[in-house]
Amino acid sequence: MIHVRKTLVVAGHGMVGHRFVLAAIERGLTETYDIVVVGEEARPAYDRVALTSFFEVGAEALSYLPDGSYEDPRVRLLTGTQVTGIDRDARQVTLDNGDVQAYDALVLATGAAPFVPPVPGHDLDNVFVYRTIEDLEAIREASKSAKAGAVIGGGLLGLEAANALHQLGVQTHVVELAPRLMAVQIDDAGGRTLTRHVEQLGLTVHCGVMTELIDAGADGKVDSLKFKDRDEPLDVDMVVFSAGIRPRDALARDCGLAVAERGGILVDEQMRTSDDRIYAIGECAAPGGQMYGLVAPGYSMAEVAVDALLGGPGTFTGADMSTKLKLLGVDVASFGDAFAGTEGALELVFADAVAGVYKKLVVSNDGKRLLGGILVGDASAYGVLRPMVASGMELPENPEELILPASTGSGAGVTLPDEAQICSCNDVTKGEIVAVVADGQADDVAGVKACTNAGTTCGSCVPVVKRLIEDHFASIGREIDRTICEHFPLSRQELFDVVAVHGYRSFDQIIEAHGSGRGCDICKPAVASILASQFNEHVLGRNTAALQDTNDAYLANLQKNGSYSVVPRIPGGEITPEKLIVIGEVARDFGLYTKITGGQRIDLFGARMEQLPAIWQRLVAAGFESGHAYGKSLRTVKSCVGSTWCRFGVQDSVGMAIELELRYRGLRSPHKLKGGVSGCARECAEARGKDFGVIATEKGWNLYVCGNGGMVPAHAQLLAGDVDSETLIRYLDRFLMYYIRTADRLQRTSTWLDSIDGGLDRVREIVVDDALGLGAELEAEMARHVGSYVDEWRATIEDPEKLARFVSFVNAPDVPDANISFEVERDQIKPQLSSEPVTLGSHIPVGAPTA
Amino acid sequence: MSDWQQICRVDDLERERGVTALVHGQAVAIFRTHDDQVYALGNYDPFAHASVLARGIIGTRGDVPFVASPMHKQAFDLRTGVCLDDDSVSVPAYDVKVVDGTILVGPRKASTLA
Ligand code: SRM
Ligand SMILES: Cc1cc2nc3c(=O)[nH]c(=O)nc-3n(C[C@H](O)[C@H](O)[C@H](O)COP(=O)(O)OP(=O)(O)OC[C@H]3O[C@@H](n4cnc5c(N)ncnc54)[C@H](O)[C@@H]3O)c2cc1C
Ligand code: SF4
Ligand code: FES
Repeated sequence: MIHVRKTLVVAGHGMVGHRFVLAAIERGLTETYDIVVVGEEARPAYDRVALTSFFEVGAEALSYLPDGSYEDPRVRLLTGTQVTGIDRDARQVTLDNGDVQAYDALVLATGAAPFVPPVPGHDLDNVFVYRTIEDLEAIREASKSAKAGAVIGGGLLGLEAANALHQLGVQTHVVELAPRLMAVQIDDAGGRTLTRHVEQLGLTVHCGVMTELIDAGADGKVDSLKFKDRDEPLDVDMVVFSAGIRPRDALARDCGLAVAERGGILVDEQMRTSDDRIYAIGECAAPGGQMYGLVAPGYSMAEVAVDALLGGPGTFTGADMSTKLKLLGVDVASFGDAFAGTEGALELVFADAVAGVYKKLVVSNDGKRLLGGILVGDASAYGVLRPMVASGMELPENPEELILPASTGSGAGVTLPDEAQICSCNDVTKGEIVAVVADGQADDVAGVKACTNAGTTCGSCVPVVKRLIEDHFASIGREIDRTICEHFPLSRQELFDVVAVHGYRSFDQIIEAHGSGRGCDICKPAVASILASQFNEHVLGRNTAALQDTNDAYLANLQKNGSYSVVPRIPGGEITPEKLIVIGEVARDFGLYTKITGGQRIDLFGARMEQLPAIWQRLVAAGFESGHAYGKSLRTVKSCVGSTWCRFGVQDSVGMAIELELRYRGLRSPHKLKGGVSGCARECAEARGKDFGVIATEKGWNLYVCGNGGMVPAHAQLLAGDVDSETLIRYLDRFLMYYIRTADRLQRTSTWLDSIDGGLDRVREIVVDDALGLGAELEAEMARHVGSYVDEWRATIEDPEKLARFVSFVNAPDVPDANISFEVERDQIKPQLSSEPVTLGSHIPVGAPTA
Repeated sequence: MSDWQQICRVDDLERERGVTALVHGQAVAIFRTHDDQVYALGNYDPFAHASVLARGIIGTRGDVPFVASPMHKQAFDLRTGVCLDDDSVSVPAYDVKVVDGTILVGPRKASTLA
């Protein structure tokens, strides 16, 4: 039998088209089909749900396919190309570049377009919609010269757009035809509470008004809005329409496929259109006549379509339309039968006008089942309530406790059934989450995300995922052990606080008061690091010397044969020829292997412990100081050459890198810290691969945090944009101290960020907005560090007591340890290991057997 | 008796920190614990093949005093030299006595011979 490969064309590369391709690859559809994806936008699919964060993170961070192609070579992606027609008889589509593409199967995933009502003036300059990255780019551009703007439409998306406009510095009005905001999702009382919140953010809300005209000024640009039955026009210089969406079903209409009455391509339960070679999925489709303006139903449709193409039985029978608003500062959620449309449904309402909280539960008339609800001002219970609706589980005795402030508000103590869908974006049930935890595939949120996709889209289910993990561990008696080791019943953070509160200065004091035993290789270095962060005493001081980890104990890095490496600090990677010569001379005179490190400095290897003081004597005399390559502390702040020399540079990146490296040198932290500063967006210093990265902009600096290279690389994310040098340092002081205070032992900034409820937004609230009022305190702590810094190596060579530790043998200080030996490779030394201890003398006798 | 070699004064040692001594030509790690007990183990870490144990952190696991190798953190019982993470591996342990404040290292403890 001849196997002829078939061709499948996907029209539209948006969220759902992309999900379709992923599922097709994963489930083996590409074994029989070559897939051609035709997308009209200039770039591959991106996370439209997170569109607003484009202003912060840029286009690349939103992209689902930053490389521009799928790993499976049988999938070809054409971006910037539109499908202009379908010829069903010839089974081919025409493209706007003139090409014709034949298909055996066609999947329409053309999404939806914003609806722009035909108000006179809707086609003026400075009138926008809010759907694509290009739309946002244009809005940002216009906002630069705009003073006031209006968003027409007070629904979910309108509010999001309004908030974005507001954050761009435009005085923002929300204009809504309906008598309240989010009319589709919430009721009047909830709407009033929401309006108060939105106004507190600094926006102006106009409900129940109809826009009649968008008027232009002399320059042909928007100038004001005129409303029906209102004399006063509203002066604005830009307008964003967010008045709903319409399915993009024109291709289907033009070739005679059946469409739904209110728009959308009619499909059956397997996503087949009236032509059974053509499927439609996502926002352009209308299963059973209804279109769905959310991504989760679109994803289900994509999975069902792949299944159908593989001959499977999957069907799509409707979807949960629950929503949670991502507006910063205002929690709004609406789920299930929010309007009590079910026969006999009862409503339980809790409202606190002062606190701005409105919560409503809709329950069945026997009071046994939760049907839906609305939460405004505090939506913390959403994660638990929504799955309760979906699973139809029986309500607890006093359902009102689920929304009363006295309870934890998150429905603690309610046990969800296994089938309860926890992540609606990715259709993951409680059972699936618990299963990956139970069989050891994951033991934290990050692990569950990796195994199941739960929590990777809108993130609203993350708190529940976290609780499920903890509950599971509790149920099998595994303490969610955050205690640092057997000697302390405390986490690192708690230990940090205990030390700060009591002002302890030694390990003995701490273990006597709060621990047991004599400590170990885990808690001792942790205590040493905490003491160093708080008091910045010398690491080889009386109180702390015996606590230090291998490298700190000798202020150098232990190598495989017991010798050490020496890394002098070269701030920002800038070094004079004289200093370079000194390093060369020292290396030559002590016979050390010399290498340029990955951190823009020079490492000298093969020093014997007893040689370290003499080596450092020479280096310190030449003006070098410790590079802390051995410490869990600041390593380097890498720089690019920057505006001083580079023809692209917009700021002095070397100067800034040096300033930051000198400021934070010696800062002891839960894990090592690295920084980078680039002089422009070309990013030659790879700053976004660092715990803190600074990238120059025309106006100042962008500050990125929580990146790293290493085992699990992570890109740093934007914490603050376009700040001046002083603000940059203030934010960095706060950020670093907050990390040092709250991270676990050996937790780098990126994993620390993953562990924080609320993630980067939370960190920004604390660092930038100073929401906890901690700012001044964190800055003062950093100032104390900066003020008390001394070079550890200089202090060591000046102190006989510390120097006394650097001997090979207590009883024979002049004899080198024969176990350390070298051979030569490429003109330099390299370690030689022996499989037995090397002895210089006779054997030590063996004593009589002990009884 | 020549089997016992004089090393240094107890007071020369910091508590809970090790030093290396040259005993009959071999590198021996000497440790003074918080309760002033003195222990001696071979300095050679059999996992890392390097002479480094004296530079490890000391502590307790339950009641067992141990040193963690600075190289890859395996723990060795200060009394017997047995590795607490893999009891098929051990380093030699030596008898130690303190006479008039001076540390003497004696023969290898027989119980630690494989
Ligand atoms: C010397 C150097 C390699 C080189 O020859 O270039 C090096 C050497 C070591 N690295 Fe590194 N890393 C060196 C740059 C890097 C870089 C590149 C950079 O800094 O730009 C990275 C990736 C960036 C990052 O850290 O995010 C890097 C990621 C690691 C990691 C993985 C960290 C992680 O979060 O996954 C470790 C392991 C650890 O720290 O737990 C590590 C650990 C080590 C240790 C400390 C391993 C050890 O415990 O012995 C090595 C000690 C070197 C020594 O004895 O002196 N090294 N290491 C580089 C020293 C740079 C410097 O001047 O200070
Ligand atoms: C700001 C914003 C916030 C949102 N927030 C949420 C949220 O919190 N939760 C939620 O569930 N949903 C949210 N949504 C909705 C969500 O983004 C959509 O449901 C989802 O993108 C639909 O996916 P889709 O693939 O069907 O459509 P799209 O993602 O729009 O993709 C369709 C693609 O097809 C292309 N296309 C159209 N016609 C053609 C043609 N003829 N030829 C080639 N290509 C074509 C389009 O250019 C587009 O790239 C939000 C949307 C926006 C704009
Ligand atoms: S990041 Fe920009 S300023 Fe720095 S070296 Fe590269 S191109 Fe030049
Ligand atoms: S519910 Fe959106 S990511 Fe889980």
